[in-house]
Amino acid sequence: MSFRLISIALLAALLTTGCGTEYTWGWFVVSPWTPKGQTNLRFLISGLGWTLLLAACAILLSVITGLLVSLLSLSNNKGLRAIGRVYVEVFRSIPMLVMVLWVYYGLPVVLGIELGVFASGVVALAVCDSAFEAEIFRAGIQSIDRGQHEASESIGLTWFDKMRFVIMPQAVRRILPPLGNQFVYMLKTSSLVSIIGLTELTRKANELVVTEYRPLEIYTFLILEYLVLIVIVSFLVRMLERRMGVSDRRPS
Amino acid sequence: MTANPYIVQLEAVSKHFGSFQALRNISLAVRPGEKVVICGPSGSGKSTMIRCVNRLERHESGRITVDGLEITDDARSLQAIRCEVGMVFQSFNLFPHLSVMDNLTLGPIRVRNMSRKEAEDVAMHFLERVRIPEQARKYPAQLSGGQQQRVAIARSLCMKPKLMLFDEPTSALDPEMINEVLDVMEKLALDGMTMLVVTHEMGFAKRVADTMVFMDKGEIVETAPPAMFFNNPGTDRCKLFLKQILTH
Repeated sequence: MSFRLISIALLAALLTTGCGTEYTWGWFVVSPWTPKGQTNLRFLISGLGWTLLLAACAILLSVITGLLVSLLSLSNNKGLRAIGRVYVEVFRSIPMLVMVLWVYYGLPVVLGIELGVFASGVVALAVCDSAFEAEIFRAGIQSIDRGQHEASESIGLTWFDKMRFVIMPQAVRRILPPLGNQFVYMLKTSSLVSIIGLTELTRKANELVVTEYRPLEIYTFLILEYLVLIVIVSFLVRMLERRMGVSDRRPS
Repeated sequence: MTANPYIVQLEAVSKHFGSFQALRNISLAVRPGEKVVICGPSGSGKSTMIRCVNRLERHESGRITVDGLEITDDARSLQAIRCEVGMVFQSFNLFPHLSVMDNLTLGPIRVRNMSRKEAEDVAMHFLERVRIPEQARKYPAQLSGGQQQRVAIARSLCMKPKLMLFDEPTSALDPEMINEVLDVMEKLALDGMTMLVVTHEMGFAKRVADTMVFMDKGEIVETAPPAMFFNNPGTDRCKLFLKQILTH
């Protein structure tokens, strides 16, 4: 944890000292010691709920979709495998911002599905990231030794039980670091959903900039908000990694 | 119609890996309780043959029946067959994320629908049979190779199979651990288990085998009782192989 705290402090120092230029900082806009600053701070931080909810829903949905797609890509059936591959290739090549706009403005026109701001954001984020997560899952599953499949099959486990009790528990342990990385990335890219008007952290900052004319201070504060969030998330992922590592221990 | 006296029957089984012919027209019949030891040079198809018996390898032509059921692509009958056929691998293939106890109970609970309590009783029974009941709560990585292989044998036995396949069970072990595994296998043989064993342990073969099978280049070259096989082999290929393996 201490490394992360230092990194926050360092970045904060770097961003808030003038770094040798003429710029005069106007930190009063977000000062916790003036009533005006307090109001602004409350306004900025009030986006936190949407950011967290958006990221959490998108992560959940993308993990489920990504897992299913990875299983398709690993199927023995050629048709299913093709579906999995096409899904990955298509959705990982669509830029996230374009995806957000397309789901929000395009889906109602093309399919007559009107999702609303929040659901559009969740779907766009989840679909884009599920393509990457599918690849992470695939790599993890493929890294498990063939002998584990053979041993499971030889005691008569069904495919589902084999995946659930033998292959996935080992694969998930191996892919937790890249998967955690992907979660952090999703938390950050949730800021793109501000463009369709979801009042999450970035949107709140944008709105305040318009009334306060202090973009540098406000966006700097926004960076710190994300930094704190992501430090917490990566700490949680580390904790999970440590807990899941328990049964792999070697004789001491 | 007479009942099939054989528990395993291979009839004219062939298989290729790409252009390499791994099995040529293999026929073999095993009676219940029979111990068959299969030997031969590496690449001769021994492992491939026994792996076809529970379809870890798919045969291309010919017929394989296990306990009256033919091995086909049908998933349901395949699963029924696999429940009756235990398999022990050269590389143990224990589940590293599960404790010894959980390794043993997974199959009985999920496949045989036993309760956890029942399955643990069965598991303890077989851990005692392989003489490591005290290791039940450990993880595979904490055990020696010989202990791991005995756990693997116990894991198969927990499914109460009618037939056990051993694919070079001692080849990955340090010399001082080979005997503890062979002892367990010998006891199993004495208890009347039907066994197909691929091994280079000729001492074990002499003591345990009812039938010796010698394979070379994907063919069964010779099938004989051990007394005849070791003292008076019928083919030159087999003589040469025995000379090499017994005088090293």
